[in-house]
Amino acid sequence: MLNADGGAVLAVDAAPNPWFDPSYVTENWDTILGHLGEHVRLTIAAVLLGAVIALPLALVARRSRWLSGTVLGLSTFVYAIPSLAMFAFLFPVTGLTSTTVLVGLVLYSLVILVRNFLAGLQAVPADVREAARGMGYGPLQLLVRVDLPLALPTFMAGLRIATVSTVALTTVGVLVGHGGLGQLIVGGFNANFYRAEIVTGTVGCVLLALAADVLLAGIERLLTPWRRVGAA
Amino acid sequence: MNGFSDALIYLNDPFNWTRRDGILDLLGEHLGISAVAVLAAVVLAVPVGVLLGTTGRGAGPVVVLSNVSRAVPTLALLTLFAVSPIGFGNRATTIALAVFAIPPVLTNTFVGMRGVDPDVREAARAMGMGRRQVVLRAELPLAMPLVMTGIRTAAVQVVATAGLAALVGGGGLGRIVNLGFGQQNYGLVVAGAILVAGLALLTELLLVVLSWLVTPGPRRLPALVARNRPPSAVPEPTAAGVPL
Repeated sequence: MLNADGGAVLAVDAAPNPWFDPSYVTENWDTILGHLGEHVRLTIAAVLLGAVIALPLALVARRSRWLSGTVLGLSTFVYAIPSLAMFAFLFPVTGLTSTTVLVGLVLYSLVILVRNFLAGLQAVPADVREAARGMGYGPLQLLVRVDLPLALPTFMAGLRIATVSTVALTTVGVLVGHGGLGQLIVGGFNANFYRAEIVTGTVGCVLLALAADVLLAGIERLLTPWRRVGAA
Repeated sequence: MNGFSDALIYLNDPFNWTRRDGILDLLGEHLGISAVAVLAAVVLAVPVGVLLGTTGRGAGPVVVLSNVSRAVPTLALLTLFAVSPIGFGNRATTIALAVFAIPPVLTNTFVGMRGVDPDVREAARAMGMGRRQVVLRAELPLAMPLVMTGIRTAAVQVVATAGLAALVGGGGLGRIVNLGFGQQNYGLVVAGAILVAGLALLTELLLVVLSWLVTPGPRRLPALVARNRPPSAVPEPTAAGVPL
């Protein structure tokens, strides 16, 4: 139909292709929700797993300069690997599954988190730790009641950065067919440059990242009541 | 599906490198797009960052820009430019990558200029330097390490992200990965990944050396600087460091 007269008319010229189309969102609500759900699941799982692995790593790395140097060097290396390459490397092992995306995302969030955790722990004043030890705190008490509360702001800053960048990175999972809202972005491109779908995916990603950031900022405020006194 | 050995076989065949649209052509395309994008971002962002930093104005917008840019997926930016009236292809890719390289360069330049010791500024003025001279001969050299960090971050991001352009009709080394997925040729996928990752790491190394060369003051080898730095170094606050 489009090329009925033999002219090189692209559909993109022939049909209106608005950037914003509310009817796309309402008509495809279930699809969008499905992708959004996958996006949220992947992000939460990646950041949580990353944090669970990063904390012991940071605690071990704090013990010596050599270890912390090694951890920082390795994390710089992983950081410099493009996500495209990361997912492509993992794909022969884990295949076209969301596991491929998850493993890649965990590695990246781990790298961000371990740096921030380490910085937070190293910034705990030695005097304070000394005083706590002098008061008879054991290693566990020292960790739970001195190190963690003092390092909490840096931890939370790391969690926020890791979460926001994980939300953005998940889209690259489209490479193996599990990119959450990224599916809409590339799907729209492949569906003859369907702009409404692309914009929906993009706006969804940005809103999700901002919402997660605000949520974590709120949690940080709740967890550190002592910081509010000075600020107000 | 033994991807790695297939990848090595592919990479080991000289014909795959030299033929038309082979690895060398794609590599040239990739580097061309990346270089233009980074240069454009530097030309646009460094003067603005210097101006804002030296006047001390605009801290709010710069911080917001750097935070929001982290939330926008690079893939989305590439796709949006590809479906804009520019049309998909290398021009759209280059513009998208330049847009995306601006925040790290701008933020780091701004922070670097802001971080210059006010005493140094005053001393320079007391020595009779004009406003322009203070900026160009005192402040900018002192801000250079951070400016170069910004450029390095941006360049590595751009080289890495240029690979994604292939998903939305762009060129560059990502085409090999994309083709591999299309043909279910896993060796090709891994070969492309090796090339893209290798190029990103090489860019990082090259720019570390470059920033060492352009940073004034007593020169120490980058490795030595890292060793002499106290281990409690706070993670680079401005690097807008988003893996790509």
